[in-house]
Amino acid sequence: MKSVSLLLVLGLGAAVISAASCGGKPAPAPVTPNADSAAAAEKARQDSAAAAAADAARRAREDSERVARQRAADSLAALSRTSDEVKTTLATMIHFDFDKSNIRSEDAATLDQKVAILQANTDLKIRIGGHCDERGSDEYNLALGNRRAQAAKQYLVSHGIDAGRIETQSWGEEKPLVQGHDESAWSQNRRDEFEITSGGDNLRRP
Amino acid sequence: MKRWHVGLWECAAAVVLLSNLPAGQLSAQDTSAIDRGVRIGIVYKPGVRPGMVLLPRTGMGLDSVRAIVARDLDYSDRFEIITMPGGDSIRLATPSPSRTPTGNARRSTAGGNRSASGGGGGQSSLNYPLYQALGADFALDITAASDTTVATLHDIAAAGIRRVVKAQLPPASSPAFRLAVHRLADQVVQAALGTAGIAATRILFVKDGKVYQIDQDGAGEKLVSSTDRQAMSPAWSQDGEHFSYMEFQAGKGWLYVQDMATGKRTPVPTTGTALDFTPAFSPDGQTLAFSRATEEGTDVYTINLKNNCCLRRLTVGRFSDNLSPTFSPDGQRIAFVSTRPGLPQIYVMAADGTDQQLFAPFDYGVTGASNAPEWSPDGQSVAFHRDVAGTLQVFVLDVRTRTVRQLTSVGRNEDPTWAPDSRHLAFTSDRSGYRQLWIIDLDTGRIRPLLQQSGARLASWSPRLSEAPTSTPSLER
Repeated sequence: MKSVSLLLVLGLGAAVISAASCGGKPAPAPVTPNADSAAAAEKARQDSAAAAAADAARRAREDSERVARQRAADSLAALSRTSDEVKTTLATMIHFDFDKSNIRSEDAATLDQKVAILQANTDLKIRIGGHCDERGSDEYNLALGNRRAQAAKQYLVSHGIDAGRIETQSWGEEKPLVQGHDESAWSQNRRDEFEITSGGDNLRRP
Repeated sequence: MKRWHVGLWECAAAVVLLSNLPAGQLSAQDTSAIDRGVRIGIVYKPGVRPGMVLLPRTGMGLDSVRAIVARDLDYSDRFEIITMPGGDSIRLATPSPSRTPTGNARRSTAGGNRSASGGGGGQSSLNYPLYQALGADFALDITAASDTTVATLHDIAAAGIRRVVKAQLPPASSPAFRLAVHRLADQVVQAALGTAGIAATRILFVKDGKVYQIDQDGAGEKLVSSTDRQAMSPAWSQDGEHFSYMEFQAGKGWLYVQDMATGKRTPVPTTGTALDFTPAFSPDGQTLAFSRATEEGTDVYTINLKNNCCLRRLTVGRFSDNLSPTFSPDGQRIAFVSTRPGLPQIYVMAADGTDQQLFAPFDYGVTGASNAPEWSPDGQSVAFHRDVAGTLQVFVLDVRTRTVRQLTSVGRNEDPTWAPDSRHLAFTSDRSGYRQLWIIDLDTGRIRPLLQQSGARLASWSPRLSEAPTSTPSLER
């Protein structure tokens, strides 16, 4: 195995060296005044032209391959960019008022985007995690976080998403997103998080 | 004996000195609904706590025993602990605000008549008039004879020995030592007042996602949960031999029952497929009630621990959550939290789930959310916390009259748990600037920190962890 790859490397090296010598300039024809030498010169000229033609053809082929490769890569990157965009949209959190689990009107649009993504990517399954701020009771917040996760799930299901594609979890106040003891931190911690559990490769834009 | 023979004036002067120390106790009290006067020593009411003096002894290797017993008697909040004037006064292990020997006012006339002559009465070896002058009703003498520790309780008014309690304490290095000393202190309380103490109890709590135990006097902290998964809501069984708690695991809530002695834990059947939390043992230890969060919301369930069977759903919330069950001590009823009125409030039902009704009254649209109920061991009260003006305060519901009173007002106070005497509560408070555990005595309003560290919460106070008492027959005169 090792020797094969070594040979391969050597061969490639040789090819590169020969390509460099060919691609440089045509081999200089010997300048001799006799007929033999004229014929030889003619042959050399023909050989050189053939070589140049072959060279051009190969270069064209390489160019087109490179372009094709580049195109494929570009399109893959675009796909992946799309997928990342979709993932970002999907992961956008929604937030809640203190001790409430109803979906705010501004968050309904966020959930509508998730509905569209789930419809465009039928293999996609997600998990919703409900979270609370530290102001409420520690144990009650487990129930409240559950309510919040269920509220988002209910919204998605009522917009046509199969309930089997959505898991829910409650974390109560046990996993705050932002440390802090003011309303700014609390309002960010009262949230639903959305994560992909399966079918998240190459998501399509709705 | 002779060195305790001090004159009345010297004694009275010491009392006055002590009275002049700053009464820092008051500021630490949550006095909103509690008798304000008791600990100040100026407003003195008859029928309050008897004076207790712990007789000084030195050089007997008993310092730790005496210190633990002295602290236990103090923390029982059933005595006025009297500090002896002079160099041999008792030093409590924790710094506590000054305490005035309020018995002085009460006793001065009697003392004035008697103690001028000084000497102890007859066959007794104690200067009873002196201690009476100091306001003591009891004097406790702790001595050691070979392997036996002897606690002699003197009744000052009767001028005689009330009870002699003997205990064979394990060595101080033994893990059983502290609990054995606590039991000794409880026997002294029993001998003096005829009521059981709470010294031999422990408190479970959660810190950094793990369950710890600690003696009620704040010593002997020990990790008892065994995994790195996040633990919550420890709860004692009534025999004190087990506790149950909840563990987050892959987004689910598992309940476990752990044996206190062996540390062996058993998963509670059917839990862990959903989010199961807030376990509570029935008084007979056969049933575990808990909260289960599903797609339908959160509801109260019970399971038979003895036969590992018979899951029962006690509430059907649909549009409300029902959680945090707590059994009445007779096992007949369960108090719980329900959001059926909108905000969570305290409800009650029969132990089979029937007859659900509001328990702690509230004003609709005015009263804040109420949570975390725990039924008192005497059955007469339910402690819980309620949102007052954006922060949480501990309340107590009187079960018979169904009236509530607010116990705390300083800082945020939550998750109360009853001591077995039904007059002390441990709870989480941030009154010192960070969240930790505190203990309040409902009778006196006295509050003390249990820990000096941040992050402790969700406490559960044990029943009395007592063995058979080893008290000798009383030697009353």
